[in-house]
Amino acid sequence: MFFTFLIVVILTAIALVVAAMTIANLIAPRSTNPQKGEPYECGIPTRGKSWVQFKVGYYLFAILFLMFDIETVFLFPWAVVVQEVGAYALVCIGFFLVVLILGLAYAWKKGALEWK
Amino acid sequence: MNQSFLDYYNLQPLFMAIHSALCSIMPEGLAIFLEGLVVAVLILIMYAVLAIILIYMERKVCAKFQCRIGPNRVGGKGGLLQVPADVLKILTKEIIELKNSDHFLYALAPFLVIMASILTFSCLPWNKGGEILHMNIGIFFVLAASSIGVLGILLAGWSSNSKYTIIGAVRSGAMIISYELSIGLTVLTMVMMSGTMDIQQIVASQADGWNIFKGHIVAIAAFIIFLIAGNAEANRGPFDLAEAEQELTAGYHTEYSGMHFGFFYLAEYLNLFITSGIATTLFLGGWMPFHIAGLDGFNAVMDYIPGVIWFVGKTFFIVFLLMWIRWTFPRLRIDQVLTLEWKYLMPASLLILLLMTVCKVFGLVF
Repeated sequence: MFFTFLIVVILTAIALVVAAMTIANLIAPRSTNPQKGEPYECGIPTRGKSWVQFKVGYYLFAILFLMFDIETVFLFPWAVVVQEVGAYALVCIGFFLVVLILGLAYAWKKGALEWK
Repeated sequence: MNQSFLDYYNLQPLFMAIHSALCSIMPEGLAIFLEGLVVAVLILIMYAVLAIILIYMERKVCAKFQCRIGPNRVGGKGGLLQVPADVLKILTKEIIELKNSDHFLYALAPFLVIMASILTFSCLPWNKGGEILHMNIGIFFVLAASSIGVLGILLAGWSSNSKYTIIGAVRSGAMIISYELSIGLTVLTMVMMSGTMDIQQIVASQADGWNIFKGHIVAIAAFIIFLIAGNAEANRGPFDLAEAEQELTAGYHTEYSGMHFGFFYLAEYLNLFITSGIATTLFLGGWMPFHIAGLDGFNAVMDYIPGVIWFVGKTFFIVFLLMWIRWTFPRLRIDQVLTLEWKYLMPASLLILLLMTVCKVFGLVF
């Protein structure tokens, strides 16, 4: 039953976008003008390529994110059973978190969290 | 006594009865098809109605905070028909085709954004037995599905081939993935407190008191962090620097026009509601009425109010809180946003996780 409804929900999302776009395409006016296809830059003709380079700093945060996101995935099954396992769970996760926090501290000290 | 009245509002037997009644008059495949159709229509109606209510509420709340009147012309004194009129207007706007964009990804991006928001939307516990997608890893599924949205934002910015959209998308992507960590860790804290990932059971575990009361200061701190991170996740002020209009016109959806832009707008408001709904589920007890342990009469009276009213009421309370925050604080810079997450919220949520573990292991929570 769950997978049936999951498919229904996904199809609903697709149907919403398709239906709204179809209606909009049917009733919206349409006029062709070569100026309309240009990238928007407040009325000034764009200079150079539009796919510009951006700061590498964003990637640093993406890499750090990967580390902690996977950590969260690993912690979820543990969180469900923590009450049954008791103090042993605390010891286990202590090691796990210490390694991760050391990683964060290292990144912090290296200046990866600074926006330069 | 009060437990039985909660069962009275349980929607699961009703759905089962409808299902078996349909199965008795037609083949099972057709019955499931019909149910799917009804569910789809229901989702679309709720989606549209909620979006209209939220946009109207945002305009009125924002007007109040800025000492204005807000919409007051269309449809009577309160401007009630302003938002439906805007919906019609956006439908009749021309959809501009760009020359040099990546057409496939440009068309795909709204699908991903809407998909993420509808998938999470259908996991919300509206009532006892009243959610569309029920599974035993519900909250984990919500986290996973909400991450699809950032893909849509990045694709939208990248594929429209404009400098504003790329900068907006990368900013927004970096911010959303960063704040996802705090969301993950605070959700984890509350999952640990409830001992289950099933959304219905998380709500059921709060029958003797909502998590925010049961978890002392730890849960309140987690709630505040969740609200801040959820606000950033929904791309709303003071974290709306992705669409900082003075510098980036409209951020990642600058090049989208008409209904194409409407999808991003729709998803933004629904994400606000979903964030508030998840916060309600985790911290304020979802559809669970307000109970005080020991006061049976009071609890019984509270149980008369249906769960869906409790859920919507609490969710709109949090929506109001988030709107209050949006229209009160000035926008942050990207370095301030990332510093706030990585140097303050992230260590704080790790600390909260450890504190909650200690509380749970040694039985310090109620």
